[in-house]
Amino acid sequence: MAGGIHVGEQILAVRGAKKSFRRPSGDPLVVLESVDLSLREGELVGLLGRSGSGKSTLLRLIAGLSKPNGGTVEYLGRQVAGPPSGIAMVFQSFALFPWLTVLENVEIGLEAMGVAPSEMRSRALRAIDMIGLDGYESAFPRELSGGMRQRVGFARAVVTHPNILLMDEPFSALDVLTAETLRTDFLDLWSEGQLPIKGVILVTHNIEEAVQMCDRILLFASNPGRIMLELKIDLPHPRNRQDPMFRALVERIYVAMTARQATAATLGRAEKFPGTGIATILPRVSTNLFAGMTEAVAQPPYSGRADLPEIAAQLQLEIDELFPVAETLQMLRLAELEGGDIRLTDAGRRFAESEITEKKRIFAQHLLAYQPLASHIRRVLDERPNHEAPKSRFSDELEDHMTPEAAEATLRSIINWGRFAEIFAYDDDEQRFTLENPT
Amino acid sequence: MLRQSSPVAVQGARRGLSFYDIVAAALILAWILAFADSSRHMAQPLSVESQPISLSPWWLPLYALRSTMRMLAAMVASLVFTFVFASLAAKSRRAESILVPILDILQSVPVLGFISVTVTAFMALAPGHALGAELAAIFAIFTSQAWNMAFSFYQSLKTIPEDLKEAAASLRMSAWMRFCRLEVPFAAPALIWNMMMSMSGGWFFVVACEAINVGSTSLVLPGIGSYIATAITERNLTAILWAIGMMLVVILAYDQLLFRPLVAWSYRFRGGEEDETPQPRPWMLDVLRRSSLVAMVTEPLGRGFDSLVRGSRFPEAHAQPRREPDEPSPIGDKVWNAGLAMVGLAGAVYFGRYVLEAFPLGMIAEAFLLGLPTLVRVLVLIALASLIWVPVGVQIGLNPRLATIVQPVAQMLAAFPANLLFPIAVSIIVAFRLNHDVWLSPLMVLGTQWYILFNVIAGAAAIPRELKDASGNLRLKGWQWWRDFALPAVFPYYLTGAITASGGSWNAAIVSEWVSWGDSHLAAHGIGAYIAEATQAGDMDRVVLGIVVMIVYVTGLNRLLWRPLYALAERKYRMN
Repeated sequence: MAGGIHVGEQILAVRGAKKSFRRPSGDPLVVLESVDLSLREGELVGLLGRSGSGKSTLLRLIAGLSKPNGGTVEYLGRQVAGPPSGIAMVFQSFALFPWLTVLENVEIGLEAMGVAPSEMRSRALRAIDMIGLDGYESAFPRELSGGMRQRVGFARAVVTHPNILLMDEPFSALDVLTAETLRTDFLDLWSEGQLPIKGVILVTHNIEEAVQMCDRILLFASNPGRIMLELKIDLPHPRNRQDPMFRALVERIYVAMTARQATAATLGRAEKFPGTGIATILPRVSTNLFAGMTEAVAQPPYSGRADLPEIAAQLQLEIDELFPVAETLQMLRLAELEGGDIRLTDAGRRFAESEITEKKRIFAQHLLAYQPLASHIRRVLDERPNHEAPKSRFSDELEDHMTPEAAEATLRSIINWGRFAEIFAYDDDEQRFTLENPT
Repeated sequence: MLRQSSPVAVQGARRGLSFYDIVAAALILAWILAFADSSRHMAQPLSVESQPISLSPWWLPLYALRSTMRMLAAMVASLVFTFVFASLAAKSRRAESILVPILDILQSVPVLGFISVTVTAFMALAPGHALGAELAAIFAIFTSQAWNMAFSFYQSLKTIPEDLKEAAASLRMSAWMRFCRLEVPFAAPALIWNMMMSMSGGWFFVVACEAINVGSTSLVLPGIGSYIATAITERNLTAILWAIGMMLVVILAYDQLLFRPLVAWSYRFRGGEEDETPQPRPWMLDVLRRSSLVAMVTEPLGRGFDSLVRGSRFPEAHAQPRREPDEPSPIGDKVWNAGLAMVGLAGAVYFGRYVLEAFPLGMIAEAFLLGLPTLVRVLVLIALASLIWVPVGVQIGLNPRLATIVQPVAQMLAAFPANLLFPIAVSIIVAFRLNHDVWLSPLMVLGTQWYILFNVIAGAAAIPRELKDASGNLRLKGWQWWRDFALPAVFPYYLTGAITASGGSWNAAIVSEWVSWGDSHLAAHGIGAYIAEATQAGDMDRVVLGIVVMIVYVTGLNRLLWRPLYALAERKYRMN
């Protein structure tokens, strides 16, 4: 028995759910590809993956906040069309109404159900009591710390006595200590059967959190979002993070994630956009993180090869932050990812060990050689007689392949990296690229 | 400090002229023309029998009350319009495509020119009764208040955070409950601020539209405005001073009893982190909060409202998934656009035929040429006012104690209807035989310059402490201090003030380029005087032409000068 509750009847069934959006060029952008999922009474299921892997999209399909383009979502045997009563949601950003007090925020869910005022008050007070918010009833959300705000979020969700609780990265906006307190408090209530809830779905990008809390983990892959691995966690509660079994599960997830990502990075991208190669969405990664990561891996005890969970813990990076850095280093041939490890290449080692001018030289070399968009911009600037080009020249080009927001983010990244490498300059007032760095 | 709110005229990311702008323009021109047409075809002069205005100061409080009631009625109308119009624009992509450009052009329609066109039509609604005239006045005040409120509410609806919308949907709130519990509270701070700005600006129009002659149709409504008009005809300077005093009392009361408590109350609707700076605590709000009498009235009202909100929930079967904006229907869009094009074309043909029939080319050219002196006046006077008030405002804003004293005074001055002061200025111009083209001009910014002052004060007061410390630490001095620190820091705030002032000045042109004192009329060359004169003569064609020319100038100025500047301020000079 995983939690304190008997695992029983199936309460939710997702079959072949698909979700896609229309791109400006007309062809659809698939964010979620044919996903199956079931939730039984007493189960806590985790959806784990990086941003853009479609896990939040799936959660919104279940919540009835958006409609699938294909497949079905069935709750208690009935097709979900619109937010069903009996499914409540906890949000990453808490989503409290800032103009309502704690008590009013908790009551509002009952108000929407049409509960009588007196019953509303007593049920809300009971929920506030249980979640540990006693004494804060008349406080406004802005007066509370993040942890207390999320407690209000929980109280608002459970006060309606939902069958299913959906949690969208509920702890990721909190500091480490607060998140841990809330997690254990929640697990205590859940495993003691005190919560009026039959099943929980938790979206997270924190691997250890998933292993600590869930009975079952669905690991998501990106581009397009899909489930790549299902993992049952049979460890008894409370789970100890130092337990070798716990560590082994964490390591297994890292291996799975690096294995898939490695193939996607080397094959997938070139394949998807033959001929151009510039149409890769680039993550916003600060150049400080490239230096910090390579330097950490180069030093003992790693000396050039590090276990990803270990380096992530040391640098205090979550996978949402870790993988973009590691993958960009891989794209620039400064590092390689395999078997849950990161290994520096020769160039990566030199990059880590040299001082700033040399670092910039190596970075520039690799950026121009291996990042098609950077070399494309540089080539255009070289070819033009005045060595200038407006930003729109490139954003128009990118928007053929991605959303305007993604194009803007990608250009922002390449501008940032290009500035560090000093391969081109950019004037934000004029919105134009030039070759002239101020001297 | 009160928060700044960006002016309507320059919001909206679009630049240039789109298909929708053109359709909107055609619709509005046709609409104005339809009003003018109905006025022109009115058979006999429609004058309202009303008792003559008494210049005795004892009557003034009653007149002031009448003016205030007119203002409040217009405010209620504006609120209803705001909720309906903005909700439509924010929730339907198709409606949005045309409603936003319409709003954009509507707010460049000169209010006082517009009333000349509408007044006869309204008076025809209730011939011989004061009701039609009241409606015309209220409609004119409404047109001076509604647009920026609607725009503010629309902007708020568009910026409600996605997570709050999802929370509302997943709590299964009905549309009505969402409106009461999410949309209105979220929009409240910006909307209340805009309501207050609207009312400030509104006094000017209340005063101006209580006594209007359109040809043989005359409109006299008992109020401060008609009192002043009577005083002008009788050259009674004492009565004018009484009216000014009364207006000061009204504005002070409005500021203390309504403005400050409402704005302070709206603070509870802000989101975000707790603010360490002490909040203003208007005494009136304290009185309202502590009074048990008030509580006796408001508590049942609140309970009633709550049950109204609750009673509106939808049964299970009606729960719909939120409509997603990414599923456009191309055919529906084509039909919609074709429909718009047809309506726009009809409007354009209606207006175009009228233009060809009514106006020889020379007349159009003359009107456009007359717009130039007004444009020059507006720009020169805004520049002069800026030269004076920006340095003063910065110095005041950097001194917190001084700022808390001067800021409310500047806001009150902005609310004070400057047209009450015109007779004094005019009597001086008459006495000294000064040049009309030059000396009538300052009247245009008499009331609007304060927007520059109080926005700059707010901007200087909002400069982060560390930036002030850094400028001291770097020993910035003299011109360098202004160029690198003070001017860039207040620029976005200054711009807000300057744009508001510019809009107000165009409106004021109609009453300030053409003024009278007793039976002597003073006129400057300009499009404002052109409209005023045509109104007096009852020449609807020229009034319409004048309005159109002014719309073209104001829209052009907004798009070519203010909007690019505002975009620059947003991009480059934002503090966060």
